[in-house]
Amino acid sequence: MNDRRQIKIALAGNPNSGKTSIFNGLTGAHQKVANFPGVTVEKRVGYRKYGNYDIMFVDLPGTYSLTAYSLDEKVARDYIINMNPDLIINVIDSGNLQRSLYLTMQLIEMGVDIILDMNMWDEVMENGIEIDTDKLSKLLGAPVVKTIGSRSQGIDRLLKTSVALIENGHTDQDEVETESEARTEKETKEETPSSEKGRRRRRRSMHDYHRHMHHRHPPVSYGPKLDDVVKTLSEEVDHSCHGCRGCGNPRWLAIKLLEGDQEIKKRCIPSEKENIALTTRLEESVEHIKTTTNEDPEMVITEGRYGYVAGIVREVMKQPPRDRMQFSEHIDQLVTHRLLGYPIFLAIMWLIFQTTFKLGTYPMEWIDAGVVMLQGALASIMPAGAISDLIIQGVIGGIGSVIIFLPNIVLLFLGISILEDSGYMARAAFIMDKLMHFLGLHGKSFIPMLMGFGCGVPAIMSTRTLESPRDRILTILIIPLMSCSARLPVYILFTGAFFGAAAGNVIFAIYIIGILIAVLAARLMRKTILKGDSLPFVMELPPYRQPTIKSVAIHMWERTKIYLRKMGGIILIASIILWVLGYFPKKSEYSIDYETQIEQYRFLESEYSEQKIAELEAARATEDLDYSVIGRMGGIVEPIVSPLGFNWQMGVSLITGFVAKEVVVSSLGVLYQIGEEHDEQSETLIGVLRDPVNGISKLGAFAFMIFVLLYTPCVAVIVAIKREAGWKWMWFSIVFQTTLAWVVSFIVYQGGHLFGL
Amino acid sequence: MSLNDLKPGQSGKVISVAGQGAIRRRLLDLGIRSGETIKMIKAAPLKDPLEISLGNGHISIRRSEAALIEIKVVS
Repeated sequence: MNDRRQIKIALAGNPNSGKTSIFNGLTGAHQKVANFPGVTVEKRVGYRKYGNYDIMFVDLPGTYSLTAYSLDEKVARDYIINMNPDLIINVIDSGNLQRSLYLTMQLIEMGVDIILDMNMWDEVMENGIEIDTDKLSKLLGAPVVKTIGSRSQGIDRLLKTSVALIENGHTDQDEVETESEARTEKETKEETPSSEKGRRRRRRSMHDYHRHMHHRHPPVSYGPKLDDVVKTLSEEVDHSCHGCRGCGNPRWLAIKLLEGDQEIKKRCIPSEKENIALTTRLEESVEHIKTTTNEDPEMVITEGRYGYVAGIVREVMKQPPRDRMQFSEHIDQLVTHRLLGYPIFLAIMWLIFQTTFKLGTYPMEWIDAGVVMLQGALASIMPAGAISDLIIQGVIGGIGSVIIFLPNIVLLFLGISILEDSGYMARAAFIMDKLMHFLGLHGKSFIPMLMGFGCGVPAIMSTRTLESPRDRILTILIIPLMSCSARLPVYILFTGAFFGAAAGNVIFAIYIIGILIAVLAARLMRKTILKGDSLPFVMELPPYRQPTIKSVAIHMWERTKIYLRKMGGIILIASIILWVLGYFPKKSEYSIDYETQIEQYRFLESEYSEQKIAELEAARATEDLDYSVIGRMGGIVEPIVSPLGFNWQMGVSLITGFVAKEVVVSSLGVLYQIGEEHDEQSETLIGVLRDPVNGISKLGAFAFMIFVLLYTPCVAVIVAIKREAGWKWMWFSIVFQTTLAWVVSFIVYQGGHLFGL
Repeated sequence: MSLNDLKPGQSGKVISVAGQGAIRRRLLDLGIRSGETIKMIKAAPLKDPLEISLGNGHISIRRSEAALIEIKVVS
């Protein structure tokens, strides 16, 4: 047998069970991150060649259960049902066997083949816990492998056992089929043979694992009374589905129906009128459980599952665990201390912020210098003209604007991975939850929001740490209201020109206004477009653990790859388009003959002539921009922005600011004919803005800063929002923020006028 | 009394878990169910949420959810 076989193995387990480190160990760097279809739940896929096998590993979201209540859980179970993995590696936090096995029971209920990966085995040994893994293996009918994911120990065994299980499972032809299996097979054959190959294969394989289940995992027992109810109901389910296993194992479906799982109910009983037999049987069963136990079935089943787990734990755990949280509790005495907790938190946040955005400026300067050098080099070898401008300024400049974000992303995710892996993230959420709850958010939303003050792109990417999609969207929508560092040059320029000594206070006020508006917006959105029950904030505070270099490095690399692959290209294209709009159409006849005049001055070679050349070049740049698509938009935006106290130059600069907000400053330089080299501290630019001829009032300047704070996020952030929340929320963000900016600036300017400011 | 009334260091046995749907199921899935012993570790600096010990792990839970958990103090 020479041809390679493709196999699919999924990893399931609790959050904090070290699942990701096992996944990293199994696949190394051969992994990619995408979303599960239709949702923003992350799907990590990795590949490994082993013997004759091409193995695809899928890391399912970390869950405690498999209900329809949480998106993560739904995604995990839908994957198991629809994608039909050959095997599931169930990663167990060996230090918390009981909770881990609760999920194991549900995997067994689903009728899938599992391997138990007793991870973090080092903690078991250190804590003096004794677990009889042989017995555990017998009781569950599943192989048990011990691993230490953080040190990549036991990974090979895990791989070997997985392959062996799949191999034996499929070569084992001589097994005696029980009656029910024979029936299953017969019905499978009788079913209208779908011409679709995949479907048939799926059904066969479903049958395969159904068969294994009988031999391997003994079914979870909920006590004799309930077991009978489950059995009769599952027979009815099987009957009603005509033996098709497309929705999953009948026994599992029966259990879910009893639990009142709405999603499964919709699948098994699409119409109560047509599925009378099953509906009646279900109602009877529920009624039966209610009368005999005085509890609703969901509770009884959960209890049953726990009872079964407790029985297993009692059998296999010889030495009860010592409290493994002792060490963590000591650290927590400081870290979540009533008084010290916040200073420590702020110090850590400060460190991460500084590392990301201050340390990050050095590589950013190198990138910038590199781009300029490349542009210079290209300009010297290419003939001047529109094509070379497009390549040098548009494309190279665009690439520069994509990679400029890399240092921030890499450094922020360095910090976030360390926070997550060490267990501090949960503590940060713990102490920040009350404050964030006021916004209708979760404690964990704080960190992405804080990072928004640096740059929205990495901040929005970091919302992946939030489990609930609603929390994630809300956090993403308010991150752009945190004033990012690119807006600061605009504030410095305008406060420098109009507010003199009060500049610092005015800038501070703008930041505060951003935060206040974010608070209001969050509360408003929670009550309107994002309302509904959120999942309860019940979160594990895992023991502190040492982050490993490998897992931190993989996490950083993964984010960088996502940024470059999924966002970089779009940001590049958008930057080029914006450049083109600011460049074309090209003016052919200027008001004066700049070229000849510049040549004449160049001939003179004096200080005066150099100044003249600069003036002429600036004047030409202004004419160019005026003539371009963006410049012409100035005429359109003028009536829109004049009630806010802005002149047309300010209006155009806002349009160019869509590329990146700091571009507002250089555009103003161009528009006021002083060239784009003038930065926010340029006396010339400040002087021009202040000049009464240009008609900018103090109030107008303030309204302008508010507008820059609030209006549409820049193109890179927009792309990040699209990637993390989808088209709908991207458009919402653009429209919402621009409207908000206009309204607030209008109120500030016109209101200020009324009060005679 | 509810879980909220437990003082740091005190333990209680769960008598019942109220609430419905997602909330109750989440609590149950994390092992907060009748008969289980819960130890109060501490409240967060702003008094909410709470940190409790259950089985062999610690869990953070908001007071609004802790109010659903009826307990009896054990010594």
